[in-house]
Amino acid sequence: MKQYGTIFGRYYMLKHFILILAIAFVGKVSAQQNVKMVAFDQVKELMNRNTDTTYVINFWATWCNPCVHELPNFLKLDSINKNNKVKVYLVSLDAPKDIETRLKPFVKKKNIQCPVWLLQGPDSWIDNVDSSWDGTIPSTLVINNKLKMRQFTQKELSMEALNNMVSPFVSKNR
Amino acid sequence: MKITAKTIIATVAAPVLTLLMMTSAVAPKEGYKVGDNARDFSLKNIDGSMVSLANYTPATKGAIVIFTCNHCPVAVAYQDRINALNKKYQPLGYPVVAINSNDFNAVTDDSYENMQKRAKEKGFTFPYLLDETQQIATAYGAMKTPHVYVLQKEGNAFKVKYIGAIDDNKDDAAAVTHKYVETAVNELLDGKPVSQNYTKAIGCGIKWKTASAN
Repeated sequence: MKQYGTIFGRYYMLKHFILILAIAFVGKVSAQQNVKMVAFDQVKELMNRNTDTTYVINFWATWCNPCVHELPNFLKLDSINKNNKVKVYLVSLDAPKDIETRLKPFVKKKNIQCPVWLLQGPDSWIDNVDSSWDGTIPSTLVINNKLKMRQFTQKELSMEALNNMVSPFVSKNR
Repeated sequence: MKITAKTIIATVAAPVLTLLMMTSAVAPKEGYKVGDNARDFSLKNIDGSMVSLANYTPATKGAIVIFTCNHCPVAVAYQDRINALNKKYQPLGYPVVAINSNDFNAVTDDSYENMQKRAKEKGFTFPYLLDETQQIATAYGAMKTPHVYVLQKEGNAFKVKYIGAIDDNKDDAAAVTHKYVETAVNELLDGKPVSQNYTKAIGCGIKWKTASAN
């Protein structure tokens, strides 16, 4: 603290303090930046994107035990496929009122980096994801419009099952 | 041993049938479609009485059968709306009959005692029945909670007229734009066909017993 004794020292102390505060603030803000509230239009836009990226869209909620159970598999898939043009989007069906009290703390605790979209009602969009889907979660849509490939499942996925679902997309993309 | 029809049944058919019946209760892929006759049941109500569609006197024109439970947040979000449905339609001959088919050994919140507590806390005005063997959920093809089957009485039969969600906004009753069950029952009361007889909804999957848990 001796270095902070002089006037210049106190200036630097303040500067460092502000810098630390700024880093902490940015750190806190960016940790939540991947969580946002969306309407179905945004999910529809994602499903219709015509890039050569394979989108893995998982429908889940913090209150759904099988969803929470399979979530680490999606996080692992996302991290090991960074160079394979595979991107995971987690579409949450939690209640919008719970975004700050339930969803964001959950995302922070599990260190989830992928985009987490909290989907607001009305609930009439279920058929637009897949006509075979009756609305039970978890469910997962894997889609790549450039490759004209699409797979949907409405059950909990093991790491192996998820890999099996995604690998045809990855190998076709090579 | 003399080979007769009886012996064939005893040695082959019966064991095969038993084996078939022993397969674990998994989520039904079948179940009712709109237009099917729904089977009746005799399930224990929270007041200890056994309730069936045939003996439930308010069910003069039909019934709004709702598979629901205690623990699922979507079911909880609909509790007041389910109570309101009963208050509106029981006097008109279409009472709500709620059925909990969850495996309460896996989800203690959905035990009979907790059902009684919840009904008391929330002032449920309708039967809240325990489907302990999960046979009724299986027969109906119920997949989640809440899951509604609107039945219309035709003679002694109860015909399925609507399957699906209560309305189009699970989280915000004030933001609902389509009250599917109300519309369906109103149309039935008016002698009209149900204009939208099937909808989908987000809910918690019904907690099926696994074979090992039996």
